[in-house]
Amino acid sequence: MPTKLTRRQALVLPAGIAAGSLIGRSVLAAEPIKVGLVAALSGPSAKSGEGITRGLTIAIDEINAKGGLLGGRKLELVRRDDESNPAKGQTAARELIDREGAAILFGGIDSPVSLAIVPLVNSAKVPFMGVWAAATNITRNGADPNFVFRVSAVDVLVDRALMKYAVTKFGAKKPGLMLVNNGWGESNFKGLTSAAEAAGIKLAGAEKFDDKDPDMTPQLQRLREAGADTIILVGNAAPGAQVIKSLQRSAWAVPVVSHWGISGGRFPELAGSWAGKVHFIQTYSFFGPQNEVGKRVLAALMAKYPDVKGPGDVTPPVGVANAYDAMQLTALAIAKAGSTDGSKMREGFLAVDNYRGLIKNYVKPFTDENHDALNENDYVMVRYNGDKIEPVTG
Amino acid sequence: MLATALVSGLSLGSIYGLIALGFTLTFAVSGTVNFAQGSSVMLGAVICYALAMGLHWPMLIAVPLALVACAIWGLIVERIAVRPFVARGSNAWLMATVALGIVLDNVVMVVFGKEPRALPSSLADDPWVIGTVGIFPLQVLVPVVGLGLALAVHLGMHRTGLGLKLRAAVENPDAARLMSIDVTMLVALTYAAAALLAGIGGILIAPLYNVAYDMGTLFGIKAFAVAILGGLTNPWGVVIAGLGYGLVEACATTWLGSSSTQIVTFSAVIAALVLAPSGLFGGRTKVRV
Repeated sequence: MPTKLTRRQALVLPAGIAAGSLIGRSVLAAEPIKVGLVAALSGPSAKSGEGITRGLTIAIDEINAKGGLLGGRKLELVRRDDESNPAKGQTAARELIDREGAAILFGGIDSPVSLAIVPLVNSAKVPFMGVWAAATNITRNGADPNFVFRVSAVDVLVDRALMKYAVTKFGAKKPGLMLVNNGWGESNFKGLTSAAEAAGIKLAGAEKFDDKDPDMTPQLQRLREAGADTIILVGNAAPGAQVIKSLQRSAWAVPVVSHWGISGGRFPELAGSWAGKVHFIQTYSFFGPQNEVGKRVLAALMAKYPDVKGPGDVTPPVGVANAYDAMQLTALAIAKAGSTDGSKMREGFLAVDNYRGLIKNYVKPFTDENHDALNENDYVMVRYNGDKIEPVTG
Repeated sequence: MLATALVSGLSLGSIYGLIALGFTLTFAVSGTVNFAQGSSVMLGAVICYALAMGLHWPMLIAVPLALVACAIWGLIVERIAVRPFVARGSNAWLMATVALGIVLDNVVMVVFGKEPRALPSSLADDPWVIGTVGIFPLQVLVPVVGLGLALAVHLGMHRTGLGLKLRAAVENPDAARLMSIDVTMLVALTYAAAALLAGIGGILIAPLYNVAYDMGTLFGIKAFAVAILGGLTNPWGVVIAGLGYGLVEACATTWLGSSSTQIVTFSAVIAALVLAPSGLFGGRTKVRV
């Protein structure tokens, strides 16, 4: 039997629905947009996770201070520690997507972890933003549609830059490679071999080391006997420091050009007095003249974090800078998408036109063919002075 | 390349031998071993770091205190993870010592943190150089200490009253008890000594490597391989096996490349044990495990 409404109910019901709708909309407006971060927050690369966190936090604070996104929704950072372990990273990514409902995931320093997460996000249709891990196949992963974007270096481009630097700065004619024994090392082996061919020089050899190797003098001696005149190093802070200690032990004062993994931990402490001899790559330096964004970010970092008293205390700068720009680009993508739906956000990234950022002025940073916002023109070479990272001069 | 391989191999090998001496001590006296030996390596290094770098105490105080802590840890392992099981005729001490080591590693992880730290030493900063071969003074000290401690263990076992009691306990525990020898206390003391040896290894390796909560795992595994290879009950055999293991490891890396290191080294261990099942220098003592 159909239910009959009284006259009062007939008047109250539409009003109630309208009120409910308004309340619902305001609740939705207040609901934060969760930004997931899966990175090394502990262990030998903990500093990388802290740097990325700081970059994201400064950008999120700025965006929220302007009223948030999508009609007032604030951004909320939700972090998970992958402990540099691909399996733990995958579990954390699943949890952030399924339980936390993160609209996007940001990645950390370890390429093997990011590579483990890539199939997961492409299958879940949730955008993933790499801000440190540089393995070429993180973004060039063959998926269609591809939900992986990056504001960071790309190994294949870094390798060209490292080789070029070794040749021009140190006159290298026969560089030797010291590579970490994992997927990241493999990625760079291919890139550096191609870069050497392109530069018209031969490699003295390529040696691998494991994260826990206590002594790398045998590998270095092989390169030395093979006539290596420069070492190109690919590894994170702790094993990278062991390479430098082993060089020091052998009293072999060969120039060392390094990928940026060493800046993700306590490299200067672990490597000791030879740490400053290593020239390595970054995407940004807070030293020297800064653009408006650089001045603003540095001021915000100094205001928020008591340990940051100047540009030398922003360590590692690459983590902070990449994460800051990546978060701002993500905000633009969400605004373009008008939604936090993964597929729409993906289209949003591809629709971003211009962004005057910290690292550079981005023009059409992402296209169907290119999901990497930075290229070889965006790299700077730096070195440690004490525990501060300074640009190489002279 | 040979000289570099020799320096690297002998230096690391003597550390393996030093840690493996601990396995020898406890096995000879009690027929049990402390599988948490790797954790004792880590404990020595971490406590030394905490006192010397954290509290800025002089090394002359930090090192002995760290070693005392290691000895106490050895006593705890024996009391908690060995004695109760041996008393019941159970072999569960195998798992119990592994588990206790994992507990210690994780407690240190929480307290000390996950980041590796440096324990600098003037003995590991300015190398002596001959031609293209360099060596830190500490790398020379390590084998000297290793051989010195092996000699001390040997002399202690054969030239002291305590050693006589230990050997009596090894030969016939029941008869030793009848002669008023406190076998239980002797076993506990050997566990303390084993952990102390591991602690010395940890403190010696720290300036060459780094200090981390998980630094002992790999050293513990390799030292156990060395102990088996050396014959488990023969201190000199264990030290020589340690040096041999280190040399094979360094030579494999030097001539065959780093990808072959673990394949060659552990294959060599298996081959050696196939040829000499009681270890290269092992006696005919029946192994009770």
